[in-house]
Amino acid sequence: MAAKNIMIVGVGGQGTLLTSRILGGLAILGGYDVKLSEVHGMAQRGGSVVTFVRYGGKVAEPIVEEGQADVIIAFERLEALRYAHFLKKDGALIVNDWRIDPMPVVIGAASYPEGIIESLQKEHKVYTVNATEESKKLGNPRVFNLIVLGVAAQHMDFTKEQWYEVIEHTVPPKTIDINKQAFDVGYHL
Amino acid sequence: MADKRKVIMLGNEAIARGAYEAGVKVSAAYPGTPSTEISEYLVQYKDDLYCEWSPNEKVATEVAVGASLAGTRAMACMKHVGFNVAADPAYSVSYMGVNGGLVIVVADDPGLYSSQNEQDTRMVARAAQLPVLEPSDSAEAKEYMKLAFELSEQYDRPFVYRTTTRLAHSQGLVELADRRDIPDKEYEKNIRKNVMMPVNAKARHVEIEKRNLELAEAANTLSINTVEMKDPKIGVITSGIPYQYVKEALPDASVLKLGMVNPLPRKLIQDFAAKVDTLYIVEELDPVIEEQVKSWGVKAVGKEIFTVQGEYSANMLREKILKEEVGAAKAEEVPGRPPILCPGCPHRSVYYVLNKLKLHAAGDIGCYTLGAVPPLSVVDTTMCMGSSISTLHGMEKAKGREYVKNWVAVIGDSTFLHTGVNSLMNMVYNNASGTVMILDNSTTGMTGHQDHAATGKTLQGDPAYAIDISALCRALGIQNVREVNAFDIRTLEQAVKEETAKNEVSVIIAKSPCVLLTKGKKPMYRAHADKCKKCGMCMKPGCPAMTRNEDGTIRIDDTMCTGCGLCESLCKFDAIELVKEGDR
Repeated sequence: MAAKNIMIVGVGGQGTLLTSRILGGLAILGGYDVKLSEVHGMAQRGGSVVTFVRYGGKVAEPIVEEGQADVIIAFERLEALRYAHFLKKDGALIVNDWRIDPMPVVIGAASYPEGIIESLQKEHKVYTVNATEESKKLGNPRVFNLIVLGVAAQHMDFTKEQWYEVIEHTVPPKTIDINKQAFDVGYHL
Repeated sequence: MADKRKVIMLGNEAIARGAYEAGVKVSAAYPGTPSTEISEYLVQYKDDLYCEWSPNEKVATEVAVGASLAGTRAMACMKHVGFNVAADPAYSVSYMGVNGGLVIVVADDPGLYSSQNEQDTRMVARAAQLPVLEPSDSAEAKEYMKLAFELSEQYDRPFVYRTTTRLAHSQGLVELADRRDIPDKEYEKNIRKNVMMPVNAKARHVEIEKRNLELAEAANTLSINTVEMKDPKIGVITSGIPYQYVKEALPDASVLKLGMVNPLPRKLIQDFAAKVDTLYIVEELDPVIEEQVKSWGVKAVGKEIFTVQGEYSANMLREKILKEEVGAAKAEEVPGRPPILCPGCPHRSVYYVLNKLKLHAAGDIGCYTLGAVPPLSVVDTTMCMGSSISTLHGMEKAKGREYVKNWVAVIGDSTFLHTGVNSLMNMVYNNASGTVMILDNSTTGMTGHQDHAATGKTLQGDPAYAIDISALCRALGIQNVREVNAFDIRTLEQAVKEETAKNEVSVIIAKSPCVLLTKGKKPMYRAHADKCKKCGMCMKPGCPAMTRNEDGTIRIDDTMCTGCGLCESLCKFDAIELVKEGDR
């Protein structure tokens, strides 16, 4: 099969590395060849971060290029806008409807774009969730990324059981239940 | 028996696994993106090997050389600029050769994800006459480590093993194998080989030229230099990660993939070139392969159409070689999101004070480099590890004592122990008067929290004597050494004013652990709109957890606040209140 191209974009510190580990685990479980590319180091400190996941029959390059992503999972609105041009024509854009001001906005050198979701919807298939608020309802705001993954799972080819299995093997043992609960919230939205 | 199933591994994890399977006994490293995780993965095998964080790359390389001389397989790991620090031993151990296999892993950073320059390690390795292997994915990363040790022993050469950020931080499938049991070799005293005084080094220079020629000849049939003949219209010579872009963009092209990029297999390359219509050389950064190939009179296309900057991609090759309009949609114009100091970072309050006092700062390498940009805008210079202190010293010698009263040097604890301490010794010796601020957050922060000589713990998790930085500074002869809590901005301001006014060297150690290290329940603050006068004092340090509401009052994002209390200490109207107690 031709490689499936997934991107996870967000702000350094939002847990993109955990999410990519889960997607990598799923690809292996599905028996695919898989490559992932991540960002470590300086850029992780609150900067814009992007992780690429590619799986299929045989994968060569570990990155996804402009116009090639089947699914983009965005943990923040502005980051969704920044990387939306990586989507294929009919690709799915999953957006955590949450705002984190970058430093140029904090200090007043730039303004945070208004109406991001509406403008993205004009060109792309956009699925939004306010996972940050939803995760606070679960009592743990750190599991918001599993809620976003739950939404993304609706647009990918793995069964719920496969997701569960990988989540159980990837997250810290004490947090398996809360992470599965969070995944369910997104999966059933 | 090892688990034979395929597992997914980060490039750096595969390098560690390869070292383990190759029977490595000793590894030494200093953290540096993108090489850091090699040691962090290697430590899981500590029952079978020894690994350490050394204070810098020169020390790490010398430790590895010692282990090799003693007769075991050994390695040192570093980022590209770390290889400059290690250059002194690297150039000379090249003459000495090895006893047990010796591999220096060096990670380049095309695209400068986390570095101060974009240098190409292959250039440095060539200058040192060291052979270089370069893998193109995680599976090769593991296998090439094993091959590097075998070749190192077979040809009596230390090997450089080059990676790049994209390889180091990509994951791919790897098949595990057992660790090879490599018996220790006997140590044999041999001063002609191991004492590099002129008479011996002269003879060794002849010897290593001979070895390198043998290796260059063997490269023509080496298993990792492979030809994939397909359509002869387009031929590509490539190596490392760019090979993957070639396979993606030009699946029908003929490819000569080089696993060893120094020395080059001249006959293999000339034969390949003769079989293809147009030969392209696809290598990121410098034209290292290209210049050699062209010097043999081989016609090829390289940097005439490819850049020497940044990373390549399949789309770039489609555009440049196939002349395809890739036609991808363009990015939206959106505000940038550069990396920043984390909420609760102790460097922020230090920079707030320096900004308030309008001081210049000679900076160094670490998270605190981020204090160069608005709103803190404190750091004036960043060059290389340890340079802040010597730069400040040079400023003073150029312009005099009064001039540097408007300056400080800022350096982290790990960077100070890396190479800063030498520069401080120089200030004392040469009668300087500048003020050095050591921002001690009890860790090597930017690379992801590695221990160092002052943290009290080794890479292997063993307790160790924690070097007392203030005692070390006093032992150098500095009379003015002060420790201040980094969040106590009033005491800190007082200390900076007093120390910069003195005509002697001063050291101010601003202490507070990296916020990402602190565990437990964190306190939380909230802003009260009714008390807020919109003065903006609390916004000055540029904490990312703080934003303005539409009416200009302040809001604190409770998912980001770590309860450092800096904003509260700046608010004159009691508009910021502690709402949740914590351990801080």
